[in-house]
Amino acid sequence: MNSLIFSTISRLLVGLMLLFSLFLLWRGHNEPGGGFIGGLVAAAGIIVYGLAEGPALMRKLLRFDPRKLVLVGLLMAVGSGILPLLQGDGFLTGMWLFIGATATDKGLALGTPLIFDIGVYLVVVGGVAGMVIAMEEEL
Amino acid sequence: MNGLLISCLLIPMITAVASFVVPASATTRGLISVVGSTLLLLLSGVVLYQVATHGPLSNQMGGWPAPMGITLVVDMLSALLIVVTAIVAVCVSLFAIDDVSEERIEGGFFTFLNMLIAGVVGAFITGDLFNLYVWFEVMLISTFALLVLGGNKVQLDGAVKYVAINLISTVLLLAAIGLLYGLTGTLNMADLSVRVPQVENQGLVSVVAVLFLIAFGIKAAVFPLYFWLPASYHTLPISVTAVFAALMTKVGIYALMRTFTLIFPADNEAINATLLYLGLVTMVLGVFGAMTHSDIRRILAFHVIGSIGFMLVGMGLGSALAMGAAIFYMLHGILIKALLFMIAGIVGKLGGSFELSKLGGLYQERPGFSMVFLLAALSLIGIPPLSGFWAKVLVLEAGLHHDAALVVTVVVLASLLTFIPLIRIWSEAFWKAKPIDAVVGTDAAHHKNPPTKTFAKPDHCSWLPVLGLSAIMILFGLLPGKVIEWSDVAAEGLLTPTRYMETVMQTTAIPDSGEVQ
Repeated sequence: MNSLIFSTISRLLVGLMLLFSLFLLWRGHNEPGGGFIGGLVAAAGIIVYGLAEGPALMRKLLRFDPRKLVLVGLLMAVGSGILPLLQGDGFLTGMWLFIGATATDKGLALGTPLIFDIGVYLVVVGGVAGMVIAMEEEL
Repeated sequence: MNGLLISCLLIPMITAVASFVVPASATTRGLISVVGSTLLLLLSGVVLYQVATHGPLSNQMGGWPAPMGITLVVDMLSALLIVVTAIVAVCVSLFAIDDVSEERIEGGFFTFLNMLIAGVVGAFITGDLFNLYVWFEVMLISTFALLVLGGNKVQLDGAVKYVAINLISTVLLLAAIGLLYGLTGTLNMADLSVRVPQVENQGLVSVVAVLFLIAFGIKAAVFPLYFWLPASYHTLPISVTAVFAALMTKVGIYALMRTFTLIFPADNEAINATLLYLGLVTMVLGVFGAMTHSDIRRILAFHVIGSIGFMLVGMGLGSALAMGAAIFYMLHGILIKALLFMIAGIVGKLGGSFELSKLGGLYQERPGFSMVFLLAALSLIGIPPLSGFWAKVLVLEAGLHHDAALVVTVVVLASLLTFIPLIRIWSEAFWKAKPIDAVVGTDAAHHKNPPTKTFAKPDHCSWLPVLGLSAIMILFGLLPGKVIEWSDVAAEGLLTPTRYMETVMQTTAIPDSGEVQ
C-alpha cells in the first residue's frame, strides 16, 4: 500500500505493539496474557508494518526465516517439558529458580513455564507472520 | 514409566523439527522421518505390551492431579490404534521419498506429515476433552499445510472444501465442549462420565450429544456429511491421500467411540439407533459412489466412506461383540486403505494416469505387482482368508447375534457390491490390453495442464512399504486370533470403563493424599 500516512503510523505502531506483546508474554503466568496472545499481538504488529511496506521489508523486520522461528519455538516448548522429565517428574512440571529470594519474598521467579511461553510466542509469531508473508508474496 | 506416553507425542514432534532444520537432501529428510516413525512404532509396541499385561496406563501432565490437569491415558483401544498409526507413518514416510516432489519436501512435507502423526497420536491418548480439541486443531493445521503444499488450482479447490467443512466441525465441537464444561465444570473424560448423569438439565445433555455426533460425524465422513472427502482426496499427492484415507476418518470414529461410551452412556438406544442407520446408509452410499467413478483414487475414496459405515454399524449394535467387530474393522481398514492408495500411486506411475480408460496391460507388464494389488483388493472385498474377511464376518456375526435382519442383509449386499468397482479396476487397469492412444493421450494431457510430478518408474522406496504392508496384511488375515482377542478386550474396556476410570483417578490419589485436607 502506497500511503505516507499509513507507513509513518505503522512504524510507530509496530514498536508499541511489539513492546505490548512482550508485556503480555511476561504477565501471562499469573494474569491474563501469555505466549499465545502475546505472539498474536506481535504478529499483528508485524503484519501492519508489512501491509504498509511490503513483504520484503517484513522479512527484514523478522530477521529470521519465519519457519525457523516456529521450529525453534516448538523445540523450546518441548524442551521445557522434557527438562522436568529428566528429574523424574511429570512432563511439563514447573521447575523454578528464585533469584534473590528472602524468607518473606520469593524474589525474581524464573521457571520452565516461562521458557514454554516464549516457545509458544515464537511459534505464533513465526506461524502467523509466515502465512501472511507467503500470501503477500504470492499477490 | 513416566515418560513412556509423552514420548509417543514427542517423537513425531521432534522428528518434524529435525526433518526440517537438518540441512540435507530431500531423501535424507525422508529417511529422518522413516527413522522417527520406526522409533514411534517400537515405542508403541512397548505401550501395547504394557497395556496387554498390566491394563490401562495413565500419566498426568505437569504433575497436576486428574480432574484439574491434563491426563494422558492409554487403554487397549488407544494402544492398538497407536501401533497401527505408527505402521502407516513408517510406510508412508518411505513411500513419500519417491512419490513427493522435491519442491514439496523442501516446503516441509515431512514436517507436516509428522505433525499430523503427532496430532493423531495425541487424539488417541488424551484423556481430556479440550485437549482432544487441541489435537484436532493440530491435525487440521497440518492437513491444510499438506493440502496446499506446492499447490495448483485443483488442489486449492479441494483444500478449501476440506478446510471449510472441517472448520464447521471444529466450531461445533468447541461449542459442545463449552456447553459440557458449563454443565459439569470438568473436562476430564473419566470425571465427566461420573458427572454427566448427575446433571439436572438432561435435555441440554442430549443437545451436547447431538453436537458431538455432528462434529465427529463430519470428521469421520458419515452420511450426510461425507461429500468433502471425495471432493478433496483425488487432488493430492498419493502419499498424502494414503495418510488421510487411512487415519483421518478413523480418528473421528475413535472420538465417537470414546465419547459415546465414556461420557454419554453406551446403552442410549436413541443414539445407538441413529449410529446404526447412519452406518447402513453410509455403507451403501460409499459402495454406490465407488461404482459410479472411473478415477482409481475416487473409487478408493468412496470405499473409505463405505468402510466407515461398517464401523458405525458395529458401534450402533451396541454389544461388546459388535464393538469388538468395529474395532477390528477399524484396524484392518486403516492398514488396507494405506496399502491400496500406495498401490494406486504405483499404478498411476506405471500407467501414467489414474483414469481407468487410459490404463491397461499392467498384468502383462508387471504380473508380480498385479498379484499384490489383487491380494489387497480381495482383502478389502472380504475374501477368506484375508483380513477383510474376518472384519466382515465379525460384523455379520454381531448382526446375527442381535437378530438384526436388516443389518445382515445390508452388510452382505454392500460387501457383494464392493466387489464390482474393485474388479473393474482389475479388469480395466490390469487385464485389458493397453489402449492404443494411451501414450498419445497422456502426452496431450501433459501439454494441456503440466503435471506436478513426472511419472517416473517407481523405485525401491515405493516397493518396500507396499510389499511390507502386504506381508502384514497377509499375516493379519492368516493369524487374526490375537488381534480379535485384543479388539474384544478393547471393546470390553470401552463398554465397562471402570478400569479406565480407576487408572485416571488413581493418578489423582497419590498427590492428593498429602495436600488436600
